[in-house]
Amino acid sequence: MSTNNERWGSRVGLVLAMAGNAVGLGNFLRFPVQAINNGGGAFIIPYLVSFLVMGIPLLWIEWSMGRYGGKFGHHSAPFMLDAMAKHRWWKYFGVFGIWTNLAVAAYYCYIESWTISYVFHSIGQTFNGMSQHEVAAFFTNYVDITTTSTGIPYEGVIFYAVCLFLNTWILSRGLSGGVEKTAKIGMPLLIIFGIFLAIRGLTLGTSGASAAHPDADAWAGLSFLWTPQFDSLANPKVWLAAAGQIFFTLSVGMGTIHCYAAYVKSNEDVALNAMSAGWMNEFVEVVLGSSIVIPIAAGYLGLEWVKENAGFGMGFQTMPFLFGNWGPVFATLAGVFWFGLLFFAGITSSLAMGTPWMGFFQDEFDWSRTKSAWSFGAVVLLMGLPTVFFYNYGVFNEYDYWAGTVALVIFALAESVVFAWIFGINRGWKEITDGSDMKVPTIYKFIIKYVTPLFLLAVFVGSVFSPRNGDWQSAWSSLVQGAGWELDNGSLIRMFFNTGIHEQLAAATEPAQITHLQDSLLLVNLSRVLLIAVFAGIALMVFLAARKRKHGKESTA
Amino acid sequence: MNTSAILMMAITMLLVTGFAVYFFVKVLRSPTKDDPA
Repeated sequence: MSTNNERWGSRVGLVLAMAGNAVGLGNFLRFPVQAINNGGGAFIIPYLVSFLVMGIPLLWIEWSMGRYGGKFGHHSAPFMLDAMAKHRWWKYFGVFGIWTNLAVAAYYCYIESWTISYVFHSIGQTFNGMSQHEVAAFFTNYVDITTTSTGIPYEGVIFYAVCLFLNTWILSRGLSGGVEKTAKIGMPLLIIFGIFLAIRGLTLGTSGASAAHPDADAWAGLSFLWTPQFDSLANPKVWLAAAGQIFFTLSVGMGTIHCYAAYVKSNEDVALNAMSAGWMNEFVEVVLGSSIVIPIAAGYLGLEWVKENAGFGMGFQTMPFLFGNWGPVFATLAGVFWFGLLFFAGITSSLAMGTPWMGFFQDEFDWSRTKSAWSFGAVVLLMGLPTVFFYNYGVFNEYDYWAGTVALVIFALAESVVFAWIFGINRGWKEITDGSDMKVPTIYKFIIKYVTPLFLLAVFVGSVFSPRNGDWQSAWSSLVQGAGWELDNGSLIRMFFNTGIHEQLAAATEPAQITHLQDSLLLVNLSRVLLIAVFAGIALMVFLAARKRKHGKESTA
Repeated sequence: MNTSAILMMAITMLLVTGFAVYFFVKVLRSPTKDDPA
């Protein structure tokens, strides 16, 4: 039995921490881009359908699995799965619930550290008077590590270390004393900052038009974002993108929700708490996330620029320049609000990533809270430094693809099968509804058993066989005509074989470019070795923990 | 903005905000449970 006696201080703190776990940088930077690239206003229909049939069921599954595991003193995925599935191999599937968090935290803390740095530079008015090109170049130099725009050597590494230290210190303060307090401060501030910027985005109109961009119009951006293109509903690419967005935005398939829920009292509600945290995340994503970057960028640079440049980098490469239009005082304030809200979105998620590791070592090896927190920080630092130093070589993207994308789907698919088919839907349903403060619609018993696993399977198969440019209709036609199925370089199969890099190498003519691509190939493969080694290391710890438990039982008998 | 975009945006935002507020208020109003025996 675990000696881990951590508990949540309050129910509101728990819901805010869970919502903070879900709310991340993607709510503000990924969602609007996905919507623009997948049918504008019509994207919201498959998005909300995915939330109802995949997101909510997975939230209930993970919350109830966590509370169930907590009854037996398990605060991480391996022994939760072990308790539910009773076959010794399932606990090794649970390794994903720890490993994914280490790997994602390694690069996620790097993005989080950019937000700290950009808050610092906003206060210092570094971006004042810079041209759009100079602001973009500032970011390029920043991630290049060896060069710097500010004179601080290795600035990116310093901020990364500061960010990781902060995360580890908060984790070492414990669940209610660290994580919960951060969520109680961070989430309200995030929403206040977001509302301030969203009001500006929604009211900017055509006031940002200039001689360089006479057609700039924030409403044109909103119009493009929200005009429904219903024909896109027949495109599987849109549905896969919507399902993928729901998946990533809720932080399901990671093991963090299980861990947080394991500290809930055994008679406490999970169904209503999960709904509250889930819908809070949706509010931040759909309402705030869609009202900031796109309208403000369209309001100053025009819709055509947004269509050509919409992407994750806009938040860092473009927004500081746009804030410069509001005068030095408001530019500083907007910079602090924007990067501050991204920081709170990031840290409430990265703290959650530390808890499964801590829970596992506290439960199984009787490590203290402090020791488990600092060991998490040390491992993440070792795994994260390659993403910092070799960002431009694709190491960051490699972590993001295998740990932050593929592993989530595999783990979620496995847990949904365990919950509904091995543990059994009737027992699972009892776990969801026990102590519930809301009436859970009975239709969800059917959805959890059949629809959610099939939906997840479709997302997984879709990522394995993703056709060239996501054009499923042409791919099917080609297959039917006997011309084969042309895979996209982003498909799992081609990612595995590094087809994209090989194609670039074959086409490259410049010696410097060839050397860069050869280095990228080597570093990407080395990063895979590191990821596999860490996975194997955790699996070994799970094996040792299981043996320790077995010997403990035998000696008690 | 065209009418269909305004409608889509308004309906979606109201729906999502409504659910978020409703469930959070429900959490705040639910009675605290005693520790399990």
